[in-house]
This record gives sequence, C-alpha cells and structure tokens, in this order.
Amino acid sequence: MNSMINDSSSATALRDNADVAEALGRTYSAGFITEIEMTGLPPGLDEGTIRALSAVKHEPEWMTEWRLEAYRHWLTMPKPDWAKLNIDPIDYQAISYYAAPKKQPKSLDEVDPALLETYEKLGVPLHERAALAGVAVDAVFDSVSVGTTFRKQLADAGVLFCSMSEAIREYPEIVQKYLGSVVPTGDNFFAALNSAVFSDGSFVFIPKGVRCPMELSTYFRINAQNTGQFERTLIVAEEGAHVSYLEGCTAPKRDENQLHAAVVELVALEKAQIKYSTVQNWYPGDENGVGGIYNFVTKRGDCRGDDSKICWTQVETGSAITWKYPSVVLRGDRSVGEFYSVALTHHFQQADTGTKMIHLGKHTKSKIVSKGISAGRSSNSYRGLVKMEKGAEGARNYTQCDSLLIGKKCGAHTFPYMEVKNPTAIVEHEATTSKISDDQMFYCRARGIPEEDAVSMIVDGFCKQVFRELPMEFAVEAKKLLEVSLEGAVG
Amino acid sequence: MLKIENLHARVAGREILKGLSLEVNAGEVHAIMGPNGAGKSTLGNVLSGRDGYEVTAGTVAYNGVDLLTLAPEARAAAGVFLAFQYPVEIPGVNNTYFLRAALNAQRKVRGEKELDSMQFLKLVREKLKVMQISDELLHRAVNEGFSGGEKKRNEIFQMAVLEPQLAILDETDSGLDIDALKQVAQGVNTLRSPERAFLMITHYQRLLDYVVPDFVHVLADGRIVESGDKSLALKLEAHGYAGIGAGHAAAPHRAGAQA
Repeated sequence: MNSMINDSSSATALRDNADVAEALGRTYSAGFITEIEMTGLPPGLDEGTIRALSAVKHEPEWMTEWRLEAYRHWLTMPKPDWAKLNIDPIDYQAISYYAAPKKQPKSLDEVDPALLETYEKLGVPLHERAALAGVAVDAVFDSVSVGTTFRKQLADAGVLFCSMSEAIREYPEIVQKYLGSVVPTGDNFFAALNSAVFSDGSFVFIPKGVRCPMELSTYFRINAQNTGQFERTLIVAEEGAHVSYLEGCTAPKRDENQLHAAVVELVALEKAQIKYSTVQNWYPGDENGVGGIYNFVTKRGDCRGDDSKICWTQVETGSAITWKYPSVVLRGDRSVGEFYSVALTHHFQQADTGTKMIHLGKHTKSKIVSKGISAGRSSNSYRGLVKMEKGAEGARNYTQCDSLLIGKKCGAHTFPYMEVKNPTAIVEHEATTSKISDDQMFYCRARGIPEEDAVSMIVDGFCKQVFRELPMEFAVEAKKLLEVSLEGAVG
Repeated sequence: MLKIENLHARVAGREILKGLSLEVNAGEVHAIMGPNGAGKSTLGNVLSGRDGYEVTAGTVAYNGVDLLTLAPEARAAAGVFLAFQYPVEIPGVNNTYFLRAALNAQRKVRGEKELDSMQFLKLVREKLKVMQISDELLHRAVNEGFSGGEKKRNEIFQMAVLEPQLAILDETDSGLDIDALKQVAQGVNTLRSPERAFLMITHYQRLLDYVVPDFVHVLADGRIVESGDKSLALKLEAHGYAGIGAGHAAAPHRAGAQA
C-alpha cells in the first residue's frame, strides 16, 4: 500500500482570479433544470414508503416482499467508513424516494416535449429519426424511464431492452431468476438501500447465441430537488451472446448534495461477452465544494459460464463524491475480466474508486488499467482487490495503476489489496505517480499551444489506453468532458 | 529582425547572461559557439520564454516588438521556433496530432484559417518528402521511445511544418552520429531562405561543415566576446576557446577536440 500527497512546488499553481471563476461558471453545461410537472412521494423512509413505491409501480407481491426484506436488512447495517472520503452525514428521512414526470407516456410519441428537449440539450435525441446512429437509448429521468428507442428492431433480434419497471411486470421469471443473484440485497449498506427503494433502471436480456445488433445505452438524468436516484440495472447475456452497453449521467446544479445509489448486475453465461462503459458526469459541486452528487454505486459482473468475458470501462469526471468499484467474479474457467478507468477530480471532489477481480475458475484472467487525475484540492484514490481463490489454477492478473497530479494541493492515493490462495496464480502490479512536468508544458507552449490546451492534450495522452476501449462516439465525448472538467486547472 | 541589446539574465539567482548584444537579419545564419556554462542554452531559453529565466536588464526587439513581454505560445505564433536540446516526451499524444494542434494554434493567433486533417496531411507529406524523413515517426507518440537522432530529426521536421521566421537550434547536433548530423544539416539547408533567420547554438565546429554560417560568434561568460565569419569557427577548432576574446572563457576547456 502506498499513499502520497503531492507537495512539491511546481509552477502550475492554482490560479484564483476572475477569468477562471468565469471559465468555471461555464464548466458544467448540463446544469440546467427542466420545468415539468412532477409527481412523487414525500420525503421520508419507512416500510410504508416502500409499499407505496411498489404500489405506484404496480409491482407484483414478490417484488414488494423482496424490497421489504432488503429494507429490514439495511436497518441493521453500519455505514461503510473504510473509504478515504469525508462524507457529511446523510439524512435518509429528508430524501424523496420517488419523483416522476406527471404524464406517463405509453410510447415515445407521447413523451412530454420538455423532456425530449432536455435530452436533446444533453446531446441524446430520443426521436428515432434523429437518434444516434446504431445506438438504442433508454432515458431515465429521476425515478422513471421515459422512453426507450429502437425497441422493435431489438425485439426482432430477440433482444429485450426496456426499463426495469417494465421488465418486472413483463418478464418476471427472468427478473426473479437473476435480480440480486450477483449483488445480494444485503451485500453492502448502499446496495441494501438500493434494493429496498430502487425506482427504475435498464433491463437487458440477450438470448443464447445472439450478438446484439447495436450499442445499447441508458441516459440517467436527475432533475427533481431533494430526490435520490436509485437505479437498478440488470444485464443478462446467455450462452454465446454479445452486448455492448453504455451509460451516461448528468444532473442540474444545486447547492444541496444529492444521493445516487445505484446497483448494476451483469451475468455472462458460457462464452458470452458483456462490455459495459460509463461516462459519469453527475454535477460535481462548485469550485468551493458546495453541492454535487454523492455517487455511491455497486457494480458487479458475474462470469458465470466458462470462457465468458466482462469488461468495465469507466470515465468518471463528475460527482462530489464517488464510491464505486465495478467488479468481476471470474467463476467460469478461462473467463476474462477487464477494468479500464479514468477518474478525474478537480476542486473539492473526492473519488475512492477501483475494482475487484475475484478469481474462482481455472486459468481465469483479469486486467486492470486505472488512470487517476487529480487537480485543484481534490482527492483521488484507487482501491483495488485482486483475489485468487484456491481453485484459481493458473489464473493471472495484471494491474496498471497510474496517477497524474495537476497543481500542488491535490492528493493521489493507491490502495491495492491482493489475496492469493493458489500458488500457480500470478499477480502483477505496476503503479506510477507523475505530474505534468514544466518541461512538457514549455515544450507545448514553445510550439504555440496555449496552456489549457496543452494540459488537455497531455491528460488525453495519459488516458489513451482507456479511451481506446470506449465505443468511438463516446471516446470523443469522454475526451471533451475531460477538457471541460479541467478548465481552470492550471495557471 | 532580431536585436538583442545588453541582455542580462539570471537562473536560480545566478547571473548567466551578462550584457549580451546581437543583431540578426532575415536570411542570415548565425552560429553561437562557446564553452560549457557560457550561457548558450540560456540564450535560447530566454528568447523562447521559458519559466525560471529572469531578465534583469537589456532589451530584445523582434520585428520591432518587445519579445520579452510575450508568452511562449505568442512568440511561437509570431514565428520564433526553438529546436530543443532535449526534446520532451509526451506519452500517448500522437506526433501528427500534436503538430497539427501546434500549427493551428499558431494560425489562429495570426488570423489565418486552420487546416483540416486532409489539408494538414497533404502539407506533412510534402514536408516529409523535402526533408527526406520517413513517415514512421508520424504514427508514434511525441518523442516517446525515440532515439536521440530521431528526436532531433523530429525537431527539424516540426520546424519544416511550422515554417518559423526565426529558428533557434539549441545544440541540435549534439549526440548525433555523422549520418544523422548530415540529415539534420540537410534539413536546415533546405529551410534556408531570404525571409528566415537561424541562430545555431553549438559546441562543435563540425555542424558548420554542413551548414555554413554567415556569422560566427563566440559566447563566453555571458556575452559575445568575438564575432567573425566561418573562419572564426575553424580557428576555434584549431586553438580551443582558451585565449579567445581576451581571456573571457572562464575555465580552460578542450573544445573541438572531437572530429
């Protein structure tokens, strides 16, 4: 375990003047609020809230019971405090657990124009004729899914892609079989809370032998005030099925912290492949650390079948606090788990993120590439667990963990954990910490490239290994996001 | 084009340049020679605006503008180019992408239209041909894993694409084998033009066999102590820096001992 605080005196000090303040004012372009008539539950949480939530969603009895069981478990659980994060106490009774636009559309044509406009502003058009070529989108607004594109084309291929609420009603046998099978209701504090109160999310089912004909994506938007978003996503790829899925997230600028506690479960059966990419741009709070989303997420994939593969790619630039460890359980023999991550923190943002690779099967392989970038007064930690269980004959892991520091008031930390119980397993770990050097900056500037462009360019180069793993359109988006998030980082 | 008068500069509190004066006109090639520690690289860094070099007295006029007030990127846009003695690696950033960003940033400042990828690629191909450089360097990250010779050639290639008015070559010949040296020299010769001036900072005479300068200056202890034509370089080659410029060379130094 190593931990370092960057205290050297580089010339790239934090600039604190009006220009920068102005630039930062522009920084979070997704910070607008949509004026729309909403309905929802009043703040507060008890068994009555959960029954009411389940009733609003017309859920079957088993689902209500499942939630209540999770809630009762949650009440007994301590909050996790092991992460390197300072979290103000959260008042769970002050949060509203359900908020939805009043008009519930039956199809995309009935979606409220204000909502369509919201997604268009965010660069995610929901009209199918205007939709991103080759990408099907499920749009989740506060607690509910407001529309899913390309459903028919996907259904023709046998792919089920819809909101979780619909899936519970329409495909109960699949949901019952897999929900909670990767992340059990009592897995951890936030997962238990999510299991009790999750409102919506996406459901994907790719049947045996099918390669999903297009990229699937979910666009999450928090709009309502004092609302938590608790989405639940389940992706199941049957034998030999392939799917690539992407999620994007934004929220308006508000002075209060808002809680986002999601659970994502992936199941890959024999020879199946799931690629899950995230571009997370929740509102990070302002330059003084006021407001922003608490992003406390449990993501786990289960390589249940032999020769299956799950790949997580994440670009995390938003949120006031990120607590997130997308993991893979390598159960099937020769299964493969990958984790590629860029986590950028600026101002007062805090991130404690990484992955867990649990090797159970023989000759399983995992690869971890983590790139942490810290600027301002932020704190950025990588926390990763590589576990080789007794049966993990000939298993291999390679971890590369690089940190880049911008300025002299930020911190980067690395917490790698390794547990090896099989002597034939091989675990490799490489870690570096670097700064954007004055030499690199001067070299760029002497060629005519202004300072901020030089920083973006160097950071982009630093992240290349991860960006390469993103679907192309999103690689471009991720790169732009990084540029915007770094505005005012040097001076 | 460039007029340096009585330039004094410090690095880390120590005075390195102590009243340097030099005038360079368009079309001219000037060689600055001198022993280690004389202030040769400091001159290049001061002219291109590197942080940490404090000018305490004197002026630098470039095309009538006070060069010292400009940020490094503004100097680049105004046509000043520094070929680095130690080119810097920028991992993961494609060499071609870097160069296009640089050229377009400069063009933007000058109010010229930026080049799109196709136009830029065409320009790059032309320059590669003229400079006789293989396009293999283009596909790699900026200077990452380049050999010493490749780095220097890349600097000259950047110069060819950016087409500066004033090119400062900081010991571009150091560490090169004879073939690489010839190639670099040939690149410089190709770029010589009536509109462009060169300031070649070098330790050894051998570069000047291939790039024949119009003027040779000896820099010792922070100022120009002797100026002349090409024959001055040959004299230095024969006798070393000791004894030049009324004993200004601070320490005896066996320069030019290498052929």
